Amino acid sequence: MARDKRITLDEAADQVKSGMTIGIGGWGSRRKPMSLVRALLRTDVKDLTVVSYGGPDVGLRCAAGKVKKVVYGFVSLDSIALEPHFRSARQSGSIAECVEYDEGMLQWALYAASLRLPFLPTRAGLGSDVTVVNPHLRTVTSPYADGEELLAVPALQLDAAFVHLNRADVHGNAQFLGPDLYFDDLFLNACTPGRRFLSCEKIVQPDEFLKNGSFHTMKINRSMVDGVIESPNGSHFTHCTPDYERDEKFQSAYVKAAADPDTWSAFAGRFLMGTEADYQAEVKKWHDEQKAQA
Amino acid sequence: MTASTNLADICVVAAAEAFRGNGEIFGSGMGTIQTLGVRLARATFEPDLLVSDGEAFFVANDLPIGGTDKVIEGWVPFRQVFDTLWGGRRHVMMGASQIDQFGNSNIANIGPWKQPKAQLLGVRGAPGNTVNNKTSFFIPKHTSKVFVDKVDMVSGIGYNRVAKMSQWVRDNFCLPRVITNLCVLDFETPDNRMRLRSVHPGVSVDDVVANTGFELVIPADVPESRGPTANELAVIEKLDQRGLRHKEVS
Repeated sequence: MARDKRITLDEAADQVKSGMTIGIGGWGSRRKPMSLVRALLRTDVKDLTVVSYGGPDVGLRCAAGKVKKVVYGFVSLDSIALEPHFRSARQSGSIAECVEYDEGMLQWALYAASLRLPFLPTRAGLGSDVTVVNPHLRTVTSPYADGEELLAVPALQLDAAFVHLNRADVHGNAQFLGPDLYFDDLFLNACTPGRRFLSCEKIVQPDEFLKNGSFHTMKINRSMVDGVIESPNGSHFTHCTPDYERDEKFQSAYVKAAADPDTWSAFAGRFLMGTEADYQAEVKKWHDEQKAQA
Repeated sequence: MTASTNLADICVVAAAEAFRGNGEIFGSGMGTIQTLGVRLARATFEPDLLVSDGEAFFVANDLPIGGTDKVIEGWVPFRQVFDTLWGGRRHVMMGASQIDQFGNSNIANIGPWKQPKAQLLGVRGAPGNTVNNKTSFFIPKHTSKVFVDKVDMVSGIGYNRVAKMSQWVRDNFCLPRVITNLCVLDFETPDNRMRLRSVHPGVSVDDVVANTGFELVIPADVPESRGPTANELAVIEKLDQRGLRHKEVS
């Protein structure tokens, strides 16, 4: 019988140490492991390198001033094009180091790490200013007759990884039920075993998976996961379809609050200082207030 | 016969025309006018195109903007989108905050990258798009702030950079069109400098020149952009029942 890997959000967050490189799954404001991101914000871990197809996961760490380096394809809230905290952090120069890649280059960097290769070649990025602002990038010449010069995207090895899936069992097998896995499997596979944490909407028995969706939805197996956390509504305010859509009202409130340091500290004070249960309760209360005002 | 000289409809038709002759590839639009252009082309003169719902599916039916009644004919999560575009089976029409005479484009940031005056989208997929598949642009407000001598951050590559790249890139690179609220532009010149292809009804060549920050190639005879046929207009109305296209241009 395989191991039971259930742990708590805080136990997972406590294993991330200052200076580490952490990869965060999801895409923009879609199926982000937000409850793990919030748990990590409650620790005093700093100087992290965050690797992400970024959304509020990157934004919140920027707002807290707890990020040293960001490696990203973009940082966006999807229905709102720009992540407000990331935008102001970039414009004030408060992130010590940024690595801006083409979206496909980031996939290649994670895929190279997951295959234990030093790099993977591509044309994506060639000729663009991505090669200018990332002077660490090198090219490689095809050893075959074409002799073409290609970009050699270096492997991006992670020390920790956070992803959020729809369903999982206690052993770490997991299932996505929405339209896209994004690159969650690559974030897990690019990570050194030990700190690969997977939260999910619901923990199920292994024999329940195929009642939820076809076997094509079972792309994460337990050899890719070290800790499992059941965290209902854990992607909030990003979406986790088909379990729930993005909370657009709350996302708008988040953006509005981010516009000013005072409104932001009030927002953070209300929503981000307590436990995950406190957060979920406050969000519910906030929606009740909105309804009462309408 | 032209059934409408409404600016948004002219732009949608010009966007659709960019996909004429593309055949069985993924026509991808970022933004309302771009999306309507691809869907109009597929609904009329380019029926083999594949169009997506903007999320993760190819749809077989003529899906209105924001429509949810989808006939799904294929699954294209982001990984498959990357595979499709790296394989060259895609023509994307993007936006651009800046573009120069060789088609180098910027969606990333204004001012120095290290500490931008304005952080925009970041390079996103623009480097991989431009080097791998056909990339066109729709720019809703044609001004000399967008059509610049030099872009602040080359996210999408242009013809002068490509000229120094591999034979493979030189053979495959293609920026078919740049469409704006004033005109249609292309790069069909001997040295691939941007050329004025047509002006929209009511717009003069001088209007375009006055709003462009570099020297355009201007043919002796510049035709007028065509408007939609009655049938095309009916399709556009069906695809955009709420008239969202009119909010993109004025």
